[in-house]
Amino acid sequence: MCGIIGVIDRNRQLMDGGKIRDSLAMMDERGSGEGAGYVAYGIYPDYKDYYALHVFFDNIRENKAPLDNLLEKWGTIVHDEQIKTYEQPNIRKVHTPWRYFFRPDRSLMPKSTTPDEDIVTHLVMKVNAEKNGALIFSSGKNLGVFKAAGWPEDVANFYRIEDYKGYLWLAHNRYPTNTSGWWGGAHPFNLLNWSVVHNGEITSYGTNRKYIESYGYKCTMYTDTEVVAYLVDLLVRKHGLSEEMAVRALAPPFWAEIDRMPPKKQELNRAIRLTYGPALMNGPFAICVANENSLVGFTDRIKLRPLVSGESGDRLFISSEESAIRRIDPDVENITMPKAGEPVIGRLYS
Amino acid sequence: MSIGSTPLKFRVTIDPDRCMNCGRCIENCSYGVYRREADSIRINSRSCVACHRCLAFCPRDAIEIEEKPGDYRSHPVWTREIREAVFNQAKTGKIISGGMGNALPYPIIFDRLVLDACQVTNPSIDPLREPMELRTYIGKKPSSLSIRERPGMDTELLTKLSSNLQIETPIMIGHMSYGAISLPAQQAMARAVHRIGTFMGTGEGGLHQSLYPYQKNMIVQVASGRFGVDIDYLERGAAIEIKIGQGAKPGIGGHLPGEKVCADVACTRMIPEGSDAISPAPHHDIYSIEDLKQLVHGLKEATEWKKPVFVKIAAVHNSAAIAAGIARSGADAVVIDGFRGGTGSAPVVFRDHVGIPIEAAIASVDAKLRQQGIRHKVSIIASGGIRQSADVAKIICLGADAVYIGTSALVAMGCRVCGTCNRGVCAWGIATQKPELTKRLDPEANAVQVENLIHGWTLELAELMGAAGINSIESLRGNRDRLRGYMLDEGLLNVLDVKTVGA
Repeated sequence: MCGIIGVIDRNRQLMDGGKIRDSLAMMDERGSGEGAGYVAYGIYPDYKDYYALHVFFDNIRENKAPLDNLLEKWGTIVHDEQIKTYEQPNIRKVHTPWRYFFRPDRSLMPKSTTPDEDIVTHLVMKVNAEKNGALIFSSGKNLGVFKAAGWPEDVANFYRIEDYKGYLWLAHNRYPTNTSGWWGGAHPFNLLNWSVVHNGEITSYGTNRKYIESYGYKCTMYTDTEVVAYLVDLLVRKHGLSEEMAVRALAPPFWAEIDRMPPKKQELNRAIRLTYGPALMNGPFAICVANENSLVGFTDRIKLRPLVSGESGDRLFISSEESAIRRIDPDVENITMPKAGEPVIGRLYS
Repeated sequence: MSIGSTPLKFRVTIDPDRCMNCGRCIENCSYGVYRREADSIRINSRSCVACHRCLAFCPRDAIEIEEKPGDYRSHPVWTREIREAVFNQAKTGKIISGGMGNALPYPIIFDRLVLDACQVTNPSIDPLREPMELRTYIGKKPSSLSIRERPGMDTELLTKLSSNLQIETPIMIGHMSYGAISLPAQQAMARAVHRIGTFMGTGEGGLHQSLYPYQKNMIVQVASGRFGVDIDYLERGAAIEIKIGQGAKPGIGGHLPGEKVCADVACTRMIPEGSDAISPAPHHDIYSIEDLKQLVHGLKEATEWKKPVFVKIAAVHNSAAIAAGIARSGADAVVIDGFRGGTGSAPVVFRDHVGIPIEAAIASVDAKLRQQGIRHKVSIIASGGIRQSADVAKIICLGADAVYIGTSALVAMGCRVCGTCNRGVCAWGIATQKPELTKRLDPEANAVQVENLIHGWTLELAELMGAAGINSIESLRGNRDRLRGYMLDEGLLNVLDVKTVGA
């Protein structure tokens, strides 16, 4: 189960989180009240050049100082503060959410072509693998993840999600199986500017994890979804593939279809499958992936999970349910159900 | 004092009420168990190897073969096999040789690994209704692709890929040479792989002319004796395999006795008729990993870089590091041959005591190559001890790209695993060069049997994948999450990187 929704305003107009909350709550049938989350892009314009690290601390007194020291070792903490939360009867506040605005010292990663990203990735992997009472669950620029264990509306109200205004949102309503009630296990999953929400189960997880770990990523969240964020980061950021090509690698056409393609296209698709076979994601899934410029939705190769998209003006919606989209905009147009493995892509105009 | 007779290994009896005295047992037995005396059939049980040829051809089910009708005083240390080996060597003073694979009762890891299936949270996939992809490419893959996309133009692939072998099922037939096995046996398997769209190895015996029509499905072998190798041979094959070692006898070479080198074998191997064909233990031009690299490049250069080159090694303690060296040599695939691999003939001390099981070898090779970021540079082919489709699925989960089968293909042609291949009088016409025996095989009928076997396994593999919610073999490869160890010790679970059942 699980319900997902993604929306992008291609003209960068900001939307507050209130309607996203209502939309996600439309899909309570798809969740179990044990996890929900939101990510919004464009929410920190004053700090847009710094990495916004969102952290769950188990215990501020004990766990915060070591993280501060680590961050200061690798760069500068420009500003940090507790993320405001508002008590909800149905949410037990087991973590203290915190945000840092962080500038990495790129001289510490001299051989890298993307030193800032590499430092932040390193820090996220290190902190999350060590499990010392701190978990970095959001690490991009001008964006932030807000999640907890609870129903979508409670989690939204816990953070007062309507106070945040973003041009791109992803949200997720969780029906957990792998890890129940763990805040870190709620979606969205994020690394740098990549965020993922996912409905389904990845049966190729073992293969994907081994593949991604050989590139230095560490899977630490006890769930299959985080691997999607890392795969997209690898394929798009490190290997330079476009979003279309990355989706093609993750959910490629069947050989029977490739064999019927014209020679050039066939060669390209065969090369993608040969090269990225270990990145192919199997099992039932519908996924929305976002970065600062785009929103991509796609399903597994035989579409075992639902996904619909719709448009209204500059806005593109992708969701598990049409009703969730209509909750945001009743006049939505072009409701379509993308074919298996076929991506729906929305990009900013500029 | 002579050692005297030892207890019978088998006792053969003929039920006189059932026997119709047709004599088919006499005709069929190539070990001399039966003879006719006057009107009756006499039996010499001591010659029996339990190849069951007589049993298979007795029209009245009159024959019974009993194993170990009499035995020694039981003893946990001094087993029957140990005692008989001592008798044998006390008499001969020689190295004891035997056929088939490892005959010691080591625990079989495959049988302590179980596969996963989907329930509720993810649907299993029905291969009868949904596409199920077992197509596999053997060879080098790039680590990443460079693709140029421009608006209004065709998307362009800038990366050049190395040549790969395309197989429609991850099951190939390993190298069994003409010499070790008969020509009709090779012909049957060649027809089978040709029809299925997979490959078989020639072994180190050259490529007989009658196999030329199937050469696009043959992998030619270059081993330490270099028998049968010339440029024509290299060019005929779909791929070239350098054989460094064999799972049944790691660290030693091979020996085809002169009596098996008939005119045709001699021609194909390019050696004098009746001469012993001795393959030395090492390749005398490979004394280090960089020498291997030169041979890989030499073979590629000779065939204009069109053919994938495989390197086969026996599974030994250090396989993982060796495979990492091979991956850097320019080779396109590494074949790991486990200690249960079969052989026409090997010293029993090697067959039973040297090398490691394929399951552990593949797990550690795959892990090492990943650790070093070079897994894409070579495909991994597992061989030696693959008995059934479940083994194929499990070894792929542990990291193999494909498997070679050997013994099971022979069994599909009638072999009863009597383990007497080294004697050269195989009653089934498989491990022999005697014309009166080899003609017992019908290449067409046997081709159908081998084809059926691979087809059946492929169907089962598709079902296992579907049950695991996987519709493409690349998602099974290295997917150790879909395996659990049942009563395996912690050390082995760590090597296999597999959790225990229930975890």
